[in-house]
Amino acid sequence: MTPSSSIASPGAAPAHDEHHDHHPSYLVDGTTIKSWLLTVDHKRIGLMFLFWVLLFFLVGGIFALLIRVELLTPGPTIMDAMTYNRTFTLHGLVMIFLFMIPAIPAVFGNFMLPLMLGAKDVAFPRLNLLSLYIYLGGAMLALWGMLNGGLDTGWTFYTPYSTHTTTTVAPVLFGAFIIGFSSIVTGINFIVTTHTMRAPGITWFKMPLFVWAIYATSCIQVLATPVIGLLLVLVTVENLFSFGMFDPARGGDPVLFQHLFWFYSHPAVYIMVLPAFGVMSEVVAAFSRKNIFGYRAVAYSSLGIAFVGFFAWGHHMFVSGQSTFVGGLFGVLTMLVGVFTAIKVFNWVGTVYKGAVDFKTPFAYFCGFLFFTVFGGMTGIALGTVSLDVPWHDTYFVVAHFHFIMVGATIMAFLAALHYWFPKMFGRMYHEGWALVSAALIILGFNATFIPQFLVGNNGMPRRYYEYPERFQALNVASTAGASLLAFGFVIIACYLTYALVYGRAAGKNPWRSKGYEWLTESPPPTHNFVGPQPTYPEEPHFYVDPKKAEVPDAV
Amino acid sequence: MSELLNNILFLPEAASTFAERVDLLHHFVVGTTMVMSAGVGLAALFMFFRYRRRLPAQATEYVVPTLKTEFLFVSVPLVFFLAWFGIGFRDFTWVTTPPKDAMDVYVMGKQWMWKFAYPEGPNGVNVLHVPANRPVRLLITSRDVLHSFYVPAFRIKMDALPGRYTQIWFEATKPGTYQVLCTEYCGLSHSKMLAEVVVLPEEEFDVWMKEQRRGRLQDRQDALADTSLVPPVARMVEQGQVLAGTQGCLKCHSVDGSQHIGPTFLGLYDRVEKLDDGQDIRVDEAYITQSMMDPGAHLVAGYQNVMPTYQGKLQGPETAAIVEYIKSLRTANVREGASEGPAYDAIQ
Repeated sequence: MTPSSSIASPGAAPAHDEHHDHHPSYLVDGTTIKSWLLTVDHKRIGLMFLFWVLLFFLVGGIFALLIRVELLTPGPTIMDAMTYNRTFTLHGLVMIFLFMIPAIPAVFGNFMLPLMLGAKDVAFPRLNLLSLYIYLGGAMLALWGMLNGGLDTGWTFYTPYSTHTTTTVAPVLFGAFIIGFSSIVTGINFIVTTHTMRAPGITWFKMPLFVWAIYATSCIQVLATPVIGLLLVLVTVENLFSFGMFDPARGGDPVLFQHLFWFYSHPAVYIMVLPAFGVMSEVVAAFSRKNIFGYRAVAYSSLGIAFVGFFAWGHHMFVSGQSTFVGGLFGVLTMLVGVFTAIKVFNWVGTVYKGAVDFKTPFAYFCGFLFFTVFGGMTGIALGTVSLDVPWHDTYFVVAHFHFIMVGATIMAFLAALHYWFPKMFGRMYHEGWALVSAALIILGFNATFIPQFLVGNNGMPRRYYEYPERFQALNVASTAGASLLAFGFVIIACYLTYALVYGRAAGKNPWRSKGYEWLTESPPPTHNFVGPQPTYPEEPHFYVDPKKAEVPDAV
Repeated sequence: MSELLNNILFLPEAASTFAERVDLLHHFVVGTTMVMSAGVGLAALFMFFRYRRRLPAQATEYVVPTLKTEFLFVSVPLVFFLAWFGIGFRDFTWVTTPPKDAMDVYVMGKQWMWKFAYPEGPNGVNVLHVPANRPVRLLITSRDVLHSFYVPAFRIKMDALPGRYTQIWFEATKPGTYQVLCTEYCGLSHSKMLAEVVVLPEEEFDVWMKEQRRGRLQDRQDALADTSLVPPVARMVEQGQVLAGTQGCLKCHSVDGSQHIGPTFLGLYDRVEKLDDGQDIRVDEAYITQSMMDPGAHLVAGYQNVMPTYQGKLQGPETAAIVEYIKSLRTANVREGASEGPAYDAIQ
């Protein structure tokens, strides 16, 4: 990697190109702190989200490693039981509410959605900035609560434990409640943007599939998040003022809590994973240089997952004492989610057919993603098979399953997006060799971490165990070893991406020769996204057909 | 074959009739999904290689799936998923519907121990004795927060909810000792909330039960050390009778079939009652418990909603004792119609 001395500041266009002096990239258009903190540019807001999301990912990751080290031996290893219970609660809360949910929509959705729609910004730029500060405010309140008093309920806050525990529940719940508003505001913004700000030529069925995925996600966010908001307020009130909503000793119903909780938290899984599906549709098309095999099937299945996802929450409660019939109903509906996901998987693989595969880093992550989605999805189907869920429920099998589909798939997509759009966002290239090495490490490390957890779950180890019977140890050691490999992979990424940010060679407008709509503008884009006349959109995105009719753009 | 698969998949010993069913379906599902996943994965790998990019500016064909392909994409997974679901739901219905002749054991979770009480006699902490090859129904509740009763070797699990009874049943196939784990996070010592199920051959169980009835302490002192669960009167029925009097149940409910403010307890258990909303309900443990905790929830037709709640006034074992007392007040003809008779000898 050679430092490129011709570039004055990160991401600036080459200095000799006079044209760009009048339209500086969004990165250098205003360099004061205020110009960043008060910006209404969706790209800068996306970048700030990226910073915070990565920071919280680091925090959650450190706690994950602490958990894995603690579980190295059957008895106490590095902490006491109370600390352990707080640690896994923190890990879950930070990862889900502060990383997984905002990761792709708030960062790449914010950055790419207007570019992909040929729009100058999102529909409500100020609201967009507000969502960042709501997110940060909620995050700070929740973290403050977790560090002052600590919370030991697990991220699910199940009552009546959460209304009985002596630890500090209220600030954390209220923090999560506030973060919910950020999610809702972002969702509304994306929905309105998609409906009203598509450039001429971009019809609904010519929208990039990433936009479809973000659109479906936003619908879930807007519809489901208020439910958990309401629930968190109810628990807070019950905790502070002893209301009898969920505590049976006061006439309440703990199962009601579970219904309300999963009514949000099950669709929340799709808030995390649908954007990941969207990213992958873009990546597989760009790097196999093909139109998506069944574009409409993939688009509709996003909506299908969003819809059916609302009616599957009861599969978290097969052994909660709900009726057998209801268990069956939720079981069938769960299977439908599997079918919609299968449609996507088949169509992604179909996309490669007769394509021209360039095995770059984002495509490596696509391979990992394919494996995690298929494996995680299939184990999800197994869990939806009601009688099999009876022994597996709340064991490490479930932990492994949701880490595969929710975390594995999302992280693969997050990293694929980061690598695919890095040149677009920063105008720099990273070192391909190191990127491939770390991708291999991460995929290997992830498997080494979570495949043993499937097995230890089969063997009967319940989740959230500080100590465990000795027969579970070998698999736990394997899992911890995998986790260290995984962490090492992330360290490498942090190193070469930071290096690339400063010293990476200039990427040019479209280093991947992609025909995604977002590549029609400069890299990095100017403040209002496009210079000169707006691009035209005569073809659907990723249309790489006959070179005479539609030329594959050169790498600029 | 099955043994080998169990070892590869790290499945624990299968020691109940349900475990055999679960493992069979488990192998079917895991086997098929692995084959299907491998198929998709290998097809992908083959295509990554076969269609690798040869020229930097290579163009591609415009390929879209035919209707037939799309139909296959939907129908093949759907058929498999629904087949698994069908088998799984059949087994699930089976394990959540205890046979009428099942032996009852009351299970109460409490931070951080399991308490067991037999209607006919002894009770204990953290050790559950059951006979082999006889269906056992567990009536599970909690004294404080949520717990979940899990026996990996039996492949059964059921949540314990405060103020409510849930049920699951099993039939152990092999004598031995099996671990019980709590799988619903319940606070500080969640991971120490362990117990064991001791499955005895039928004759030994009967001998054990008789000894317990005589009050002789066995070597498993932890099973018997706890006297707080049920006060000195050992039989739950007798304790329930006393409680029904002291708690005021008998002020409104008769036990001889005569009309009073509330329905009579005589023959109440297993009776089909007409509710004031026109529906029918079969009186079981869950309904009796609910009627104590939330009397207005399902009001029997013809009665006023005047009963106070006993939520918080009765502890888990006390509730269980009253339920057992009501169950003991069965008339001959009710017993004839509803029950196939006890599968075990009365312990006397």
